[in-house]
Amino acid sequence: MAAELHVELVAADRQVWSGEATLVVARTTSGDIGVMPGHQPLLGVLESGPVTIRTSDGGTVVAAAHGGFISFADNKLSLLAEIAELSDEIDVQRAERALERAKEEADASAERRADVRLRAATSR
Amino acid sequence: MGAQLRVYKRRIRSVTATKKITKAMEMIAASRVVKAQRKVAASTPYATELTRAVTAVGTGSNTKHPLTTETENPTRAAVLLLTSDRGLAGAFNSNAIKAAEQLTERLEREGKQVDTYIVGRRGVAHYNFRERKIAESWTGFTDEPSYADAKTVAAPLIEAIEKDAADGGVDELHIVFTEFVSMMTQTALDARLLPLRLEEVAEEKPQGELLPLYDFEPSAEDVLDALLPRYVESRIYNALLQSAASKHAATRRAMKSATDNAGELINTLSRLANAARQAEITQEISEIVGGASALADATAGSDR
Repeated sequence: MAAELHVELVAADRQVWSGEATLVVARTTSGDIGVMPGHQPLLGVLESGPVTIRTSDGGTVVAAAHGGFISFADNKLSLLAEIAELSDEIDVQRAERALERAKEEADASAERRADVRLRAATSR
Repeated sequence: MGAQLRVYKRRIRSVTATKKITKAMEMIAASRVVKAQRKVAASTPYATELTRAVTAVGTGSNTKHPLTTETENPTRAAVLLLTSDRGLAGAFNSNAIKAAEQLTERLEREGKQVDTYIVGRRGVAHYNFRERKIAESWTGFTDEPSYADAKTVAAPLIEAIEKDAADGGVDELHIVFTEFVSMMTQTALDARLLPLRLEEVAEEKPQGELLPLYDFEPSAEDVLDALLPRYVESRIYNALLQSAASKHAATRRAMKSATDNAGELINTLSRLANAARQAEITQEISEIVGGASALADATAGSDR
């Protein structure tokens, strides 16, 4: 069995996902970063972006995280996001509507949020 | 029905109606406490992880950040007071306000100028009535605060702390809220959010756990820059949630004693009403007996 790391994906008001994984890919301010078991302790600032978790049973969990932090130590990885949604929780139509509305209103941050949601939802 | 009896009956009816209302409010508050407690529990993982991260940066690097270093001569402080929008919660609001006033007094004794920020209509009303200055206030979400509410509250505070005291900023940030200890106990307390006391943060963690040497992405300063506002927001969010839970618990308790008192009052009034009814009956009987004997006497007299 491959080495595993324990992942906690938490949003400000709830725990979104928790479990064992073999690889976690997230987007920090300086680029995408992949964390595998045994990585050096790490603390990074996350950008709005999809987070991909390869679970130990071979599945893949994709979540949209809007801002936050990634922290890894002792084979425990925590992803802290103010808002985080799993891809299967995302309402694609709603996100599309939000994207259009954001484009009309030229609201860059809302557009980015909606875009991230859509990308996370479609990559599942 | 006699006048006395009618008055008692009317009062019993009125108290019964009040009792029904307070009973309903008690039940509503009881269910809301559970909900609020669940929200506190749900926000805990984020707060713990965030505290871990802050501790990690604070102790794992020699970064100096305005938010973690104490000013030598703090001259201005901000106090955030959390109250509720609605009363009927016993001493909940007055305890929180009292705690805030004690803290303000203490800070002023230390020679600091205090800016007061208030959440909740009760606190705002208290300060307005005494014509005290409020730097900023928020109302309307104290029953069920969301993270977005915590962010709106935190934003001006973070802005103020990042400014120099000379330009209208503050050196310290204190918060006064009601801690939810249990269903029966809630205590108003004050805490200093910023500058951060790292030792204190570190103490919240289990002892004997060595902190790993972290690799910061992109840099320790940037991480701390991004981390501390989130930390403040999360602390305020937690305080808001605890205040909400405490408020509901206080309401439940206040309404329970109101219901109990109403029940007692109804008992006393029923006894009085019974006594009045008995007195009325006794009087009626004696009137009848008296009347009958008078009549008997009169007829006995006319027979002769």
